[in-house]
Order: sequence, then C-alpha cells, then structure tokens
Amino acid sequence: MFARTILSRQLLRPAFAAPVAARTSFLTSIQARFLSDQTRQAIDKAVSSAPVVLFMKGTPETPQCGFSRASIQVLGMQGVDPAKFAAFNVLEDNELRQGIKEYSDWPTIPQLYIDKEFVGGCDIIVSMHQSGELAKLLEEKQVLAVESEGAEEEAAKKE
Amino acid sequence: MAQSITEDSIRAALADRLKASHVEVQDMSGGCGQAFTSLIVSPEFAGKNSLKRHRLVNAALKDEIAQIHAWSARCQTPEEYEKERAATGGNDGPPLDGTAGGEVTGVSQ
Repeated sequence: MFARTILSRQLLRPAFAAPVAARTSFLTSIQARFLSDQTRQAIDKAVSSAPVVLFMKGTPETPQCGFSRASIQVLGMQGVDPAKFAAFNVLEDNELRQGIKEYSDWPTIPQLYIDKEFVGGCDIIVSMHQSGELAKLLEEKQVLAVESEGAEEEAAKKE
Repeated sequence: MAQSITEDSIRAALADRLKASHVEVQDMSGGCGQAFTSLIVSPEFAGKNSLKRHRLVNAALKDEIAQIHAWSARCQTPEEYEKERAATGGNDGPPLDGTAGGEVTGVSQ
C-alpha cells in the first residue's frame, strides 16, 4: 500500500499573522486555541481527499509510532484499496498536528476518517477490526480492493 | 500546576467521574507517567457505540489527557465485562495494540 500525495506544504501551512501586541492576553489565548479558518479548510480538504483517510505519524511505509503502525497494518489486512486511501503525516506539519486534534475533538493521533466521518483512533480501529465492524463498514463504503482477474492483470501490467 | 499523573490518579478520576465499577490503568511509558492504557467498566457506557464511549472518557479526563502523550482505552458495560470474563476465564485487560510489550514506541504526541 502506498501513501497518496500528501497535501502540499503551502496548503497546510497558512501564513499566520503575528499576534498584535495591543490585544489582551485573553483574546490572544482564544485565538491561539481556535482553529484558523485556513487550517480548518485545509483539513476539510484533506478529509475529503479520499474515502479512507488516516492522519498518522510517519508514512504507511515508515510509521513513526507504534499506534500509527498498528492502524496501517489493520487497514492493510482489511484490504483497503490503495486508490481509495490517503495518509497524512502530521509530523511534517505542526499546524496539522495540532489542528487535527481540535478539528476532530480528539486528543491523539492516529485518526481515521471513513467517508469524511471520524471513526476513531488506534484502539477503536483495532477493536472494530476484531469485532468485524470495520470490515462491514469498509464493505458498505465500497473501499476494499476488488479481487478480480482483470484488476490483477492490470496491476501486473503496470509493474 | 497540575499534580503529576499516575496510574492511581487516573484510576481514581475514572471511578469518580464515570462511576466506573472496575478500572484498570497501565502506564505504557516505562513509568514516566506519559502514556496510559486503560480498561474501564461503567454502566454509563450502555447504549453508546465505541466512539461515543471514548468521547465520554475523553471528556471526563480532558485535563489529564491534555498533559500526556498517549492514551488508549477499552470501554465496557458491566454486562460486557462479565460476559468476557465468563467466556475467557479472565479479562483481556487494557488494550496494548500498538505498543511493544506494553510500552509505547515512536514519536510522542
């Protein structure tokens, strides 16, 4: 499985204006906490970029954390179609790393989105995998790799 | 300044804020108090799906989780807990998926 192109840095790193000194510290702390519109829009776009989206540490080929690795392994085992999958490395972009936690209202990474809906983190992914719920959901959303002779021949030709 | 977070402090907070009947908390950071995994049994989870249960826990432990690097949980109702115990003659305990022998590997939050 390979990672889709990660969003270009320009998109995910909005130009942040420096906080104005005249503002009260109360206001500045609110600003710092809330997601900027630009970051929110960039994350909106990331979440809709594919039917299955995983925000993780590292890449699918080289996960940088055990929880992210476990999540990628589960998705691989389930047979998610690489063409319908996108992974975003939060370690590449600090605004994404902090922004996605606010966006999802979820404190940890990795974070899985299926069909633009937040599903959960590593422990939820693994428990849904074990209970069969994940397989069912992936089938419903039609994101599993199709096992047909045609598709295999095509893949072989491409290589 | 918040006091340091330990297995006991999290256990107490969960029992208190979620009326949990049974709580197991394990430090996954080699004793550093930076990563925890838990098994939480509470009647408050009844009728909620996995994600809603986790969000309930996240809300109850908002301050603690904000300070640590990793957090995992398994949330069960008392009935589910008893069922698992009867079936397996014990309980699987807190989830250790993604860890290496119960310890977190890789980059912190």
